[in-house]
Amino acid sequence: MIINHPILGPRDSQEFVYLGDAALIDRPDGLAEGALDTFHDYLYLRDNPAGLHRELWYHEQGDRSWLVVTRNTLTHEITQVELARDVARARGRSK
Amino acid sequence: MFGTGRYSGWRVVKEALTGHKGWGPAWRDPEPQAAYDYIIIGGGGHGLATAYYLAKEFRQARIAVLEKGYLGGGNVGRNTTIIRSNYLLDGNEPFYEFSLKLWEGLEQDFNFNAMVSQRGIINLIHTDAQRDAFTRRGNAMILNGADAELLDREQVRAMYPFLNFNNARFPIKGALMQRRGGTVRHDAVAWGYARGADSRGVDLIQNCEVTGIRTEHGRVTGVDTTRGFIGAKKVGVAVAGNSSRVMAHVGMRLPMESHVLQAFVSEGLKPLIDGVMTYGAGHFYVSQSDKGGLVFGGDIDGYNTYAQRGNMPVVEDVAEGGMSLIPMIGRARLLRTWGGIMDMSMDGSPIIDKTDIEGLYFNGGWCYGGFKATPASGWCFAHLLATDRPHETATAYRFDRFRKGLMIDEKGQGAQPNLH
Repeated sequence: MIINHPILGPRDSQEFVYLGDAALIDRPDGLAEGALDTFHDYLYLRDNPAGLHRELWYHEQGDRSWLVVTRNTLTHEITQVELARDVARARGRSK
Repeated sequence: MFGTGRYSGWRVVKEALTGHKGWGPAWRDPEPQAAYDYIIIGGGGHGLATAYYLAKEFRQARIAVLEKGYLGGGNVGRNTTIIRSNYLLDGNEPFYEFSLKLWEGLEQDFNFNAMVSQRGIINLIHTDAQRDAFTRRGNAMILNGADAELLDREQVRAMYPFLNFNNARFPIKGALMQRRGGTVRHDAVAWGYARGADSRGVDLIQNCEVTGIRTEHGRVTGVDTTRGFIGAKKVGVAVAGNSSRVMAHVGMRLPMESHVLQAFVSEGLKPLIDGVMTYGAGHFYVSQSDKGGLVFGGDIDGYNTYAQRGNMPVVEDVAEGGMSLIPMIGRARLLRTWGGIMDMSMDGSPIIDKTDIEGLYFNGGWCYGGFKATPASGWCFAHLLATDRPHETATAYRFDRFRKGLMIDEKGQGAQPNLH
């Protein structure tokens, strides 16, 4: 698979480390009411869809950026690649 | 028994003398009935074994197995056929040892030649720390009634003189051996269970994909399929890599991801490897089929996928593992490769449990170790379906173990399915 890095251009997926569903960006508030349940769901449960999947890849052997890759799990076709930083900021994260 | 009657040596002689006119289909191809007591979703090894033991051991009736394709067309026909019970943790080892004991009597039990071959499995040791870890694992196995032996370097050399013993980086220092481990003709396992279940009245319904699970007041009432609605008192799901998709019909999210595991077969070679071996310094395992092909594999590809094919980096990684352990393997040509979809759970161990919906039961999360578990998985799932209580060897395989912190994490990797 070739991941079209937004800054570096097309790179072989071998250069990357895979983490999982991009929902992992949305870490719950540990001090909120019912944090035990939300952390259980956050840490252990996955949608695991057959079709489009937004997922986190880390460019370990490259510029060490985190990417959000939109990939079809039925065909391995990659349709969108974003910097995870931009995705997180768009969701209201400050850092 | 339906159609073919009991198989035996005498029967082969009799059929040979009478022009082989007495052999019939090994199972029926029935139309689905309006309702059943038990519906098993998934006509693979685990689903068929569940139906077989439900009918045979737990004396239940009105059972159907629904399969979206053909029987045994999924992972039971796509694995590297290894059986073993060399686990460390208490939640696992009794279950896998139960499974190995069932393998040992399986062919007599279901009257089908599954070519169960206890040719022995060795896990190679390359460092002192690894020897300590394997010694501990061997002791855990023995404590749970399994067999284990620690081999030194010369004992391994006597068995497999062609291994790369003098590898400067990963010298072979010994092995943990389980002589009762081995290989099984994987398709025959599905066929044997299918024939055994069918002959006891189980309806095996193929080309019947489940498109929905109906519930009423928190109770399951049946399943919608491509062949219409089928009512059921109890529904058991055993669909391996498609677990998340099927359980999504009732809005359940599972603690698992689907990943592809590739496997490889070389051209047929003369007898070379008479047992099963795993490389301790890389992820590589190999055995030789009765046709002579080296059957081997390594790591999963490592990203979520439902495509039954993998990518080149893992092919290269597996080939490197093979070359590092058995340098002469480089002369063998690869005949074919394929991929199967693994239901990789969050701690690398399976789930056999009830769900929050009355009458809906789940069996999955086998990661890439489901084949060896087939008999015990079927038995324990049948036990749960029939009695509503877990089998004594499967009490740890619960959904709530993640919430309670009772993970069964053999590799100690945490909630990262692609590392198990």
